[in-house]
Amino acid sequence: MRVSFRSPNNKSVMNPSPHSQATTGSQRRAARVGLSRLGDVLFENVTRLFATLVLGTLLAILASLVVTSLPSLKTFGLGFLWSDDWDPVRDQFGALVPIYGTLVSSLIAMLIALPISFGIAIFLTEMSPIWLKRPLGTAIELLAAIPSIIYGMWGLFVFTPTFSKYVQPMLIAVFGPLPGIGRLFQGPPMGIGMLTAGIILAIMVIPFISSVMRDVFELVPAVLKESAYGLGATTWEVVWKVVLPYTRTGVVGGIMLGLGRALGETMAVTFVIGNAQRLSTSLLAPGNSIASSLANEFAEAVGDLYTSSLIELGLILFLITTIVLAIAKLLLLRMGRLEGTKA
Amino acid sequence: MFLSSVSRRAGLALLGTLVLAQAHALDITGAGATFPYPIYAKWAEAYKTASGNGLNYQSIGSGGGIKQIKAKTVDFGATDKPLTKAELDKDQLLQWPMVVGGVVPVVNLQGIASGQIKLSGALLADIYLGKVKKWNDPAIAALNKGVALPNQDILVVSRSDGSGTTFIFTNYLSKVSSEWKDKVGNDTSVRWPAGINGKGNEGVASYVRQQSGAIGYVEYAYALQNKMTYVQLKNRDGQFVAPNDKSFGAAAANGNWKADAGFYEILTDEPGKASWPITGATFILMHKTQEHPDHAKVALDFFAWAYVHGGKAALALDYIPMPDNVVKLVESEWKRSLKDASGKPVR
Repeated sequence: MRVSFRSPNNKSVMNPSPHSQATTGSQRRAARVGLSRLGDVLFENVTRLFATLVLGTLLAILASLVVTSLPSLKTFGLGFLWSDDWDPVRDQFGALVPIYGTLVSSLIAMLIALPISFGIAIFLTEMSPIWLKRPLGTAIELLAAIPSIIYGMWGLFVFTPTFSKYVQPMLIAVFGPLPGIGRLFQGPPMGIGMLTAGIILAIMVIPFISSVMRDVFELVPAVLKESAYGLGATTWEVVWKVVLPYTRTGVVGGIMLGLGRALGETMAVTFVIGNAQRLSTSLLAPGNSIASSLANEFAEAVGDLYTSSLIELGLILFLITTIVLAIAKLLLLRMGRLEGTKA
Repeated sequence: MFLSSVSRRAGLALLGTLVLAQAHALDITGAGATFPYPIYAKWAEAYKTASGNGLNYQSIGSGGGIKQIKAKTVDFGATDKPLTKAELDKDQLLQWPMVVGGVVPVVNLQGIASGQIKLSGALLADIYLGKVKKWNDPAIAALNKGVALPNQDILVVSRSDGSGTTFIFTNYLSKVSSEWKDKVGNDTSVRWPAGINGKGNEGVASYVRQQSGAIGYVEYAYALQNKMTYVQLKNRDGQFVAPNDKSFGAAAANGNWKADAGFYEILTDEPGKASWPITGATFILMHKTQEHPDHAKVALDFFAWAYVHGGKAALALDYIPMPDNVVKLVESEWKRSLKDASGKPVR
């Protein structure tokens, strides 16, 4: 690696005094080697700097979040996490409503997006006719490129009225009277609320999850699939027993990418969630998410405690995302270990 | 803060070279309330043609305006929620009202036209408290004899973001309902007991337009431009009034403006037969001791020009100019309190 291949050694052959030339040649070569070694060292350090820059930025963000949320941490302590009181007039703040809203809207989104994305990816890799593959794949990637505010506006102006007029009354009529699950479908059909936010989020994360899934499904060696088909496996069995186990890491990665986007999504959620700092068991009732609280209230938050409570919300979102990622990694590790014992 | 001041200076420097031809032209910067942004922008444009001096106003919200002026990154701050005397003294700020506007309750009810529904302050508070839930509630029916009120749920819509509009609205509700004052209170954002919340005037307006049976509150100009159905309100003198230039002007004229108190006056629930009860002024903040007296001078020249020449433009945009007696008070306060480092009045 450190040898300079470009050194013109054959020049010395043509030189009348080979002896002296040899020494200067080797000197020159040594110089070149030194130079390229310097380049290597430089390159190594620069890349290391870039890599640590990411880590440094992450730590710096965490540190500044903690420092600026200190007033709120000191005042409310851990109770901040389970208090649903959000009252700027009396300087009382609790994060339960936005935490609940963030988790529930993302959960709804994943419940809807996962099976659909899986279906899209399987169709595109296993079943789609060749002529349809490309346009369909491109269309899904284009969905991922739409800015989130457009989803929000579409959700508010197009989806919400239709949803409240045709779908929600049906949901209330069908599920409302049921015991248990009925509590999720109470209240007037406004079209705005937790369920709508979840559905819009699902539409937003589907392109992410499905395009990652498609990409990793395509990595499965044809030999594996063909052998399975050769043994008489159905498409379903091939997907379930060959493709999925082979691509597990990538699939979980895609799901996490989607979940990460759902947890942190701001504008689209703000438009349709109703932004009410009130806890409700009904999915049709308005709620709030952490990101949408921040987007709504940060600009006009006056007073240290209010601002630092909002920043603490940001810190909580940061921690939720980290925990989700950590759980995903652990899951993968465990699956890998189980696989090991089976073999 | 540092960055924004750097970029501001860079911007100023750039603008400085651009307008080098015009001798002594200066651009001043301001930041704050979104509510008066349209009129400040209009005035700035007209003033630029009149004097050559420009104004760069960033409508980042009242809270942001207060932060920016305290950090001295702008020449003036603007806020819809006036600072109290104590807050002003703490940072050595001078405050005065610039222009008046109104907040209007709007509804979405089938077959109901603007001004057809009449409400009292106490009733409006009960609706926003979630106590009055139906449009055909006896309390509403008592004020609206002869109007066919539907048997429909009331959907309360409020602002999700902190805003001066909310400050004025909740200030009114606190004055007319002791229950509102105890349970909710008065601020730029509050804990709403009922309903859904939209971001900005446009957020509230679109929810109200979309949801049949909804009631919300928006700035007057917004209600007018979007042809929303407003309600009449019973004012302190017991008269039902419709929101318009005259009823806002009546409230402004009845205001009790005092320079000593930093012009702290919220024009809600003002006396007077014609007064619209949810009226409010928007305020300007500047430091009493000026590090850049040349900038301060240009800023004050601009405000003085706007007081004299800006009335027509204000009315065209549905704002109410300050009454003349208040303008005189403000200008003498400038002379008395706004000084450069050596203690000389800036203007």
